[in-house]
Amino acid sequence: MTMSVDEVHDGHAFGPNPSPRIVMMGLRRGGKSSICQVMFHNMQPLDTLYIESTTAPTTSVFSSFIDFAVMELPGQINFTEAMIDAERIFSSCGALIYVIDSQDEYINSLANLHSIILHAVNANPNINIEVFIHKVDGLSEDFRLDAQRDITQRVTDELLDDGLVNVSISFHLTSIFDHSIYEAFSRVVQKLVPQLATLENLLNVLCQHSGIEKAFLFDIGSKIFVATDSSPMDIPTYEICTDFIDITVDMNNLYAADRRPKPVTRSDANANNGTANITNRLESLPQGRPIGSTSRLSNGVILYLQQMVKGLALVCLMRKESMPNIALVEYNIEFFRDALEQLWLIG
Amino acid sequence: MAGARRKLLLMGRSGSGKSSMRSIIFSNYSAFDTRRLGATIDVEHSHLRFLGNMTLNLWDCGGQDAYMDHYFSTQRDNIFRMVEALIFVFDVESKELRKDIETFVLCLRNLYEFSPTAKIFALVHKMDLVIVEKRQDVYRALMKSLEDTSAMFSFQVQGFATTIWDESLYKAWSSIVCTLIPNVTVFQKHLQTFADISEADEVILFEKTTFLVISHVTNARSPGFRSDSTRFEKISNIIKQYKQSCSKLRAQFQSLSLRGSDCTAYLDTMTANTMIMVIMSNKSDSRGSTDQIGNSENDGDSDDSFASEAENNIILANIKIARKMFEKIEMMNPDAR
Repeated sequence: MTMSVDEVHDGHAFGPNPSPRIVMMGLRRGGKSSICQVMFHNMQPLDTLYIESTTAPTTSVFSSFIDFAVMELPGQINFTEAMIDAERIFSSCGALIYVIDSQDEYINSLANLHSIILHAVNANPNINIEVFIHKVDGLSEDFRLDAQRDITQRVTDELLDDGLVNVSISFHLTSIFDHSIYEAFSRVVQKLVPQLATLENLLNVLCQHSGIEKAFLFDIGSKIFVATDSSPMDIPTYEICTDFIDITVDMNNLYAADRRPKPVTRSDANANNGTANITNRLESLPQGRPIGSTSRLSNGVILYLQQMVKGLALVCLMRKESMPNIALVEYNIEFFRDALEQLWLIG
Repeated sequence: MAGARRKLLLMGRSGSGKSSMRSIIFSNYSAFDTRRLGATIDVEHSHLRFLGNMTLNLWDCGGQDAYMDHYFSTQRDNIFRMVEALIFVFDVESKELRKDIETFVLCLRNLYEFSPTAKIFALVHKMDLVIVEKRQDVYRALMKSLEDTSAMFSFQVQGFATTIWDESLYKAWSSIVCTLIPNVTVFQKHLQTFADISEADEVILFEKTTFLVISHVTNARSPGFRSDSTRFEKISNIIKQYKQSCSKLRAQFQSLSLRGSDCTAYLDTMTANTMIMVIMSNKSDSRGSTDQIGNSENDGDSDDSFASEAENNIILANIKIARKMFEKIEMMNPDAR
């Protein structure tokens, strides 16, 4: 079976202005389609059990601040047959995500990965190789670290054996049942955002002058964070920010004037099982003034969300001592918003 | 001061979902967590303080046949005396519906003898397992039989279709618990006053731990007020999830303020046991005038269709003042009106 790459190339994402592209590969039943469905089509993780095997290359395009196309190549493809076509894909691709099922024997997977890396780096020396050690929700903490260590060791050893030293390769532990997949995907996307340094700089300046402890720039639709300031980040903070986005959007939709199809978010757990209530959350944001919300927590932390341009949202953590100056903070955020708009116009 | 004690009987076949429901509403389990619950052994008692002046005495009666036999023989007296409400759970997938209804009838017979003033509730549970088109029919069919049997004992049964996987669970339990609150009409009256004075479109009062709706007032004074008909239980569900997220940071949330696309909403602590949500909608009708709103995004000055900063502060001040009044209501003697 040959890949019908021509079909895919007809898609607008691959048109005259090719947007950064991510290719997802891996052996069959590794979890590639589930990841795409959960991240970009709002499917509930439990529903991914019913997804059928992918037979043709499928592309998900998500456009917000940055336009991305994620192309998922079916696992059954015998890769060596389609070598030439593959090189065309790799050369215009920013990152290659390879999904390994950590609950299964992964030796075959690693062999496949190795040959893919050889071809990819040949076609595009600048490509980022991202290895997702997937389905780790079924493994204990020790097991996960062992798997990561083992896989990292094997892959880098094999690359060294072949004399490839300058390959940009990273390993991530992921699962669709928690926030780890979003975090990993965020890191992949960040490496492809050309304006990343500028965004981080803007966020740093904002934080310093507004008494904000931590700020994230999230894409509301996929809950990937595009940039964050330079202060250290921990996972619980990231998780509560993603949950906060869910809550704000859900609550807003309860009183929204236009009756668009309601998004199914994680907080709307498993409502309407079976009926495909899959909508792009970005489209379901009602038009109106930019959404914002603030929440006080008992430990003195304030969560602050403000919708920005193009489906982005700024989510900040402050301490309650900053609250009396909230007007100044909001003033600063308006400057930040203007900067984002200009950045988007240029880019 | 002795608060009102309300004894609730939670009965139904083994595996119908009684303990799962109980743990989600009263013990902060997520729907996912309930899979680790085992069969209930005999009767599990929970004493839950609800508001300041009421204790819910929940009897979760294990549904296995051996226990059920006891309930209707040796423990009849103990179980069915002084019952305020019976909540009977029907598993919509049950293969022995006849037997379930017979058990229901037995309960009614015993209640007629020992607690004739008890309120009867039937939950048609696990509705997520029925395809959407059939749900209404399945529910109505079962309720018809239940209404007929209840009428035989001069009871009126109130039914709900529920599942732990969406907000319908909150709707059912809010309704049930509301009928048990001794002075719910007093809450309603004062909430109405609060809503009128604040000129709010909607005001909702929630119990703090369970986030069940105690009372709500909808004035809908703004022409731009649009709302989802199932919003009350959805809010309970959403906020419960938020509480679970916050607990991961070892904190609890105290307040939430939303500047939405068409509304402004505040959720704040009212008393030690309640939280209040105040919703003010867009003052102008936004239908067909998206252009205007779109333009005003960048021009903060012409944004006067939304609640101004001053009005927001007034709401917060009102909540503060009303707090004392609501605290008094909670501590009221339950028999006073």
